Amino acid sequence: MATRNLGGFLVLILAIAICEAASVFQPISDSHRSAASELFTATDGSFGSLEEAYEALRSFEILGIDKKSDIRTATCQSVVDKLGSSSSAPKDLFYALKVNSILKCKVNDKIFEGIAARLNAIANTASSLLDFYHSIGSLVLIKDQSSEVDVLLADAGGIFHSIKSLSQSDGRWRFSSDNPESSTYAAGLALEALSGVVSLASSEIDHSKISTLKSDILKLFDSVEKYDDGAIYFDEKVVDLREHQSPLSTTASVVRGLTAFAAVTSGNIKVPGDKILGLAKFFLGIGIPGNAKDFFNQVDSLASLESNEVAIPLILSLPATVLSLTRKDQLQVKVNTVLGSSAPPLTVKLVRALSSGSKVASTIESQELKFDKESESHFLDVPKSVDVGNYIFVFEVVLHDSEDEKVYATGGSTQVQIFVTGVIKIENAEIVVLDSDVGSIETQKKLDLAGENSLALSANHLQKLRLSFQLTTPFGNAFKPHQVFLKLRHETKVEHIFVVGNSGKKFEIILDFLGLVEKFYYLSGSYDIQLTVGDAVMENSFFRAIGHIDLDLPEAPEKASRPPTPAIDPYSKYGPKAEISHIFRVPEKRPSQELSLIFLGLLFLPLIGFLVGLLRLGVNLKNFPTSAIPATFGILFHVGIAAVLLLYVLFWLKLDLFTTLKWLGLLGVFLLFVGHRILSHQASTSAKLKSA
Amino acid sequence: MGKASTSSTTKDALALFNSLRSAYSATPTTLKIIDLYVGFAVFTALIQVVYMALVGSFPFNSFLSGVLSCTGTAVLAVCLRIQVNKENKEFKDLPPERAFADFVLCNLVLHLVIMNFLG
Repeated sequence: MATRNLGGFLVLILAIAICEAASVFQPISDSHRSAASELFTATDGSFGSLEEAYEALRSFEILGIDKKSDIRTATCQSVVDKLGSSSSAPKDLFYALKVNSILKCKVNDKIFEGIAARLNAIANTASSLLDFYHSIGSLVLIKDQSSEVDVLLADAGGIFHSIKSLSQSDGRWRFSSDNPESSTYAAGLALEALSGVVSLASSEIDHSKISTLKSDILKLFDSVEKYDDGAIYFDEKVVDLREHQSPLSTTASVVRGLTAFAAVTSGNIKVPGDKILGLAKFFLGIGIPGNAKDFFNQVDSLASLESNEVAIPLILSLPATVLSLTRKDQLQVKVNTVLGSSAPPLTVKLVRALSSGSKVASTIESQELKFDKESESHFLDVPKSVDVGNYIFVFEVVLHDSEDEKVYATGGSTQVQIFVTGVIKIENAEIVVLDSDVGSIETQKKLDLAGENSLALSANHLQKLRLSFQLTTPFGNAFKPHQVFLKLRHETKVEHIFVVGNSGKKFEIILDFLGLVEKFYYLSGSYDIQLTVGDAVMENSFFRAIGHIDLDLPEAPEKASRPPTPAIDPYSKYGPKAEISHIFRVPEKRPSQELSLIFLGLLFLPLIGFLVGLLRLGVNLKNFPTSAIPATFGILFHVGIAAVLLLYVLFWLKLDLFTTLKWLGLLGVFLLFVGHRILSHQASTSAKLKSA
Repeated sequence: MGKASTSSTTKDALALFNSLRSAYSATPTTLKIIDLYVGFAVFTALIQVVYMALVGSFPFNSFLSGVLSCTGTAVLAVCLRIQVNKENKEFKDLPPERAFADFVLCNLVLHLVIMNFLG
């Protein structure tokens, strides 16, 4: 959390830093037009509500996009429905009339008369600001759309007083008398409603009331919020989640109210031109908003500012803030109104050019820019004294006609950050290997840093390497780039980076290998030499390999630190992992089938031998009982044993132990019975035989 | 001397063998059958051991059940022989039928275990 806050803070600081340095606001352009077509999209030729339809149509109208025919049929139908219905709320009527003011649908004057009477009644009895706003706004619209209908307010002074009674001492307004919270957004609505009252009044409104209102407006401007780039805006003090308005819609509301009020009252409202220009900068500084509501607020407010009675803001903009000395770029400045239309005759002066290093001293004399009618731009060759670098140019706009100065707001001087780029000359580049003790030169090589080099040097730890070169700007001044690095890179990818220092024009670095052996980890061998010289305003910045040097360093002592392992590529962490191969149990080696069959045959040999032996012994079955009952028992006994053995085979093949034991129990009882009978019979027979 | 002793050893061995044979021929047939059965069981076990030595002991439990089945039944048969032999006065009162019943029962129990172990 803390990190995120810190990050946000840094971004804020950075944003402020950028805004402070370069405050270039571009007027509304074609990118706004294409964005408008994307933001305001009608489904099946109509918008979700008449309010959305009005916002779309109004934005298209301001930007000069003709899309009325696409949505006219469906939208006009709902306008007529809304106006014809006797149960429509003032808000619905208001937006229906607003849409009608653009589309000019066919609406009967009788309908207007009915609505006007209803709205008049509402305006006289209303107690909430929104009711006043919608009813009076609607009446003003009806006045514009139909000349036949009588919309004048009989008791204009009374209504004016009712609305004014909702105002607060700080210039803000309440939405209704029973709501104690005041709002800047409401102030904008109130001003618009009051200007409607003034225009609809059948008799003139008391001048003292109007002048109080004017001072209320000035009070409202006391609560304005500022950005460092000169943009100003209004924000709600009280954050009420239900009706909270964004700074954009609040400011838009105030601008609409202010311009509407200025349009209906005579006499100047003494809002400074700077403030109006600041408001214009606020709307332009937003860029292109991402949602339709914000887009409408921005464009509609700018349109209000474009032709207002207080002061029309003029915006100074530069198509390019990077000027190349090599290409001999001219400084081009445009001055337009906020919507991009041309300004009255004026002169643009370049008053000062502050180098980013020294913010005090101006490097040039004040100069006038030449106006080119065709491109409507002011041009100036880059002054001779401006060398490559980073400057802040200060422009001043001077209107030719002194009458215009009352109408337009130019905002005095405008600061713009300018980058002047050029090719930097690299001279006297050489690389030298020196003997450390006497300083005698061992090898000396000239370098051409503009082209390719492939030097092959060698040195030992008792020697020094010296690299030197000079950098000069096109005007022969010393140039100090942001980055001047020398990099030595060993075969094992161990890198050492040195910053090359300068004294005036000359850049020089001396590497004393005796002092560096430890830093080099006693690694002898070939080192690649790379030189980096770079700057934002240096058109020929480079990063170049200039050859290699064979270093012969002493053997590492035992305690010497090991060279670091090369950094693992951080991206490899996110690469695919090695495949996991599952190890299954390897089946046991089985003997060959033939061998097993042979041994199966061998197993029969003892059995055959047993049977042959029995025959040799002359075994017989003479003892088998001859009488019926014991013979049956004898047979059953043998059958029982066979059954048990068969059960065992079945147990081996498929039965489980419990089934087997169950059957074995039954067979066992049977076998016990018959076995007992046959064996006792045999015993009695043999006993008889003995006794006989 | 060596020749003489060899021939005399052979003669002695022959004489011993003949006397043993003649003595054994006097054994009752029932006991001979049991002896034959014991021999059959032991040889079957031996063949299995040789097979195991040739191809390895996998699956070991099958080998064990095969060999133990043979040796077990041979031991039981020896027990039966001891009980049935009339020379053994110790078992004079025990009828051979009872001894045979024991033999059958023990074999059934033994083979139930063997079958369970066979896998």
